[in-house]
Amino acid sequence: MSTEVLVDLVGVQKTYGTGENEVHALRGANLRVRAGELVAIMGASGSGKSTLLTIAGGLEMPTSGDVRIINESIPTLKQKDLARLRRQTIGYVFQDFNLIPSLTVLENVALPLELDGMKTKFARHAAMDALASMEISDLAKRFPDEISGGQRQRVAIARSFVGPRRVLLADEPTGALDSKTSESVIRAMRKRIDGGLAGILVTHDAKLAAWADRILVIRDGQIVDEVSGELTPQSFGAK
Amino acid sequence: MSLKASILTVLTMGECHGYQLRQEIESRTGGTWAINIGQIYTTLDRLERDGLIESSETNSDGQLRYRLTDQGLVEAHDWLNKPMATGPESRNELATKLALAVTIPGVDIAELIHAQRIQTMRHLQALTSAKRESNPQDASEIPWLLIADLNIFNCEAELRWLEHVEGTLTKSSARKLDPTHDLLDPAKRGRPARNT
Repeated sequence: MSTEVLVDLVGVQKTYGTGENEVHALRGANLRVRAGELVAIMGASGSGKSTLLTIAGGLEMPTSGDVRIINESIPTLKQKDLARLRRQTIGYVFQDFNLIPSLTVLENVALPLELDGMKTKFARHAAMDALASMEISDLAKRFPDEISGGQRQRVAIARSFVGPRRVLLADEPTGALDSKTSESVIRAMRKRIDGGLAGILVTHDAKLAAWADRILVIRDGQIVDEVSGELTPQSFGAK
Repeated sequence: MSLKASILTVLTMGECHGYQLRQEIESRTGGTWAINIGQIYTTLDRLERDGLIESSETNSDGQLRYRLTDQGLVEAHDWLNKPMATGPESRNELATKLALAVTIPGVDIAELIHAQRIQTMRHLQALTSAKRESNPQDASEIPWLLIADLNIFNCEAELRWLEHVEGTLTKSSARKLDPTHDLLDPAKRGRPARNT
């Protein structure tokens, strides 16, 4: 693992609603992820795990605090710069794959690069590299409905790190997969992160979280390091 | 884990001496089981006494070699091919400890479960970390991976069970089902008093 910090959340607060309906999803969350590091976030349902991920990925803005992705402060970026950062630097993987059914596997993976202005020929070349690293080159010409769930998720992961991306954010990436397929997906994801990406993985699955370098838990809108032994049973979802 | 059955199983491959049996079992279980050589010899004595194995003449190094009897072969095949009984023998220490703990005053059961969860999660992480270094395509790593996977699934099951126990205890405390603090009346239960 390198010392280069790729993701840095400092005192992040997120509040939804106002007055009586005010909900504090995050109360001063701090999180630093370095290149080559995978951090798993666990916590009870509704604890703010997914909010943390969307804020780290610039899909939502914090109410206060700072979010820095490779030293760029997300809350201060202009919309077009934020869009560029999201397109070029951050890859997202969700439980439901989000592949475009009318595009082939290769076209799906090449799409983020083409949207970013890369010529089709080069974008597809990069997409083939990403598919090869997930060991699914043979699926390039197939459509999403012609492949299995595990294969679709591998395609989604290949798309998440195609091109120059440095940060990989995954929300229950194996939630819809069987145990054996889950393992091959997390193994492939881990290998990619070992190559110098920073990864954040939100999951309920302890077996999956165990692939991370650090397992953190959100409790009361704050991140607590499990290994430090500062947790209470509520950290894991107890009422 | 049954040393007796493991010895019988290895002997289905042919004659072995005691030290060799230890090496075979350790390597075939991926180095996850450290066996005391004394245990091997004690078990061999018992197996010979029960007619499941017999010893032949010593080899040039003076080591006694053992082989299966027909009865031993049947027993080895039975163990390998039939499912294991579940029941009191599969009761584990943690379940016993928690069951006892909820009946003993002054034990912080929530803290106990919490500490156990952290311990189990750390163990799960360590196992997974070792597995990350392995190559599932390499046939020589399969024995170790089989056992690592069993331990990983056991850890996961334990974490889920601990979560379930926590839920059960939350409900029982809401219903004011407090632990039984008193010992049973010795006059009514337990071993009869000896006549003097």
